[in-house]
Amino acid sequence: MKGTKSLSFRRLPVVDPDIAGVSDHISGVRRVAIVEAPIDIQALTCHVQDRGIGAVSIFLGTVRDVNDGKDVSGIDYEAYHPMAERELRAIACEVCDRFPGLRLAIEHRVGTLSVGDVSVAIATAHARRAPALAAAKEVIDALKRRVPIWKREHYVDGARRWVDPTA
Amino acid sequence: MSIPVLLFASYADAFGTRQLRVPLTAPCTVRELVAGIRLMPGGHVLPIQPLVAVNHQWVLEDVAILEGDEVAVIPPVAGG
Repeated sequence: MKGTKSLSFRRLPVVDPDIAGVSDHISGVRRVAIVEAPIDIQALTCHVQDRGIGAVSIFLGTVRDVNDGKDVSGIDYEAYHPMAERELRAIACEVCDRFPGLRLAIEHRVGTLSVGDVSVAIATAHARRAPALAAAKEVIDALKRRVPIWKREHYVDGARRWVDPTA
Repeated sequence: MSIPVLLFASYADAFGTRQLRVPLTAPCTVRELVAGIRLMPGGHVLPIQPLVAVNHQWVLEDVAILEGDEVAVIPPVAGG
């Protein structure tokens, strides 16, 4: 077919999930998951704790009751599940590479959440506090830019709207 | 022939489906695929250069889509 030859060289690389798993362990990525059940913060923290850890930083994203002046009653979170986990894992590996000695665990919840519910939890642990704090910020900033997850806000007046941060 | 395309969130609502069949034949570029989708009912919601993923990886518009690839057109992400 015309054009086939010029296009085919752009084939995307394939990653072996077993190799990725080994790499995670070495790099300090302890857990990455998209979950439907409420996030267990204590269990997430246990994934990163270790005898050499001197600081654990926990970032929680929660559903707030107002956005853009509208009263929010809840949020539906939707994910492109396999890609969202893959992208989260890539972010986790990148951040661990930048902060040697870091241990990291991330969970993002999907489904219908109420005001006050935890939508995302990031646990970072390091011998020192500065890398633990900086790494948590890097993860949440990258997550908001790169991970295919969406939220539809429910308002108290009954309306619903997909949130578009680029609008 | 057609290319299956996964849709999510606001795009799934606009097209009324979570899996669109775009009347094109692979191989084609992401740019050609997006142009084809924008001509379909509901296609007005797509920007000229929407986010696109092939086999769970972000791609640019000159990347080729091959037979069997998993293609997704992605609305602006809003996790966290």
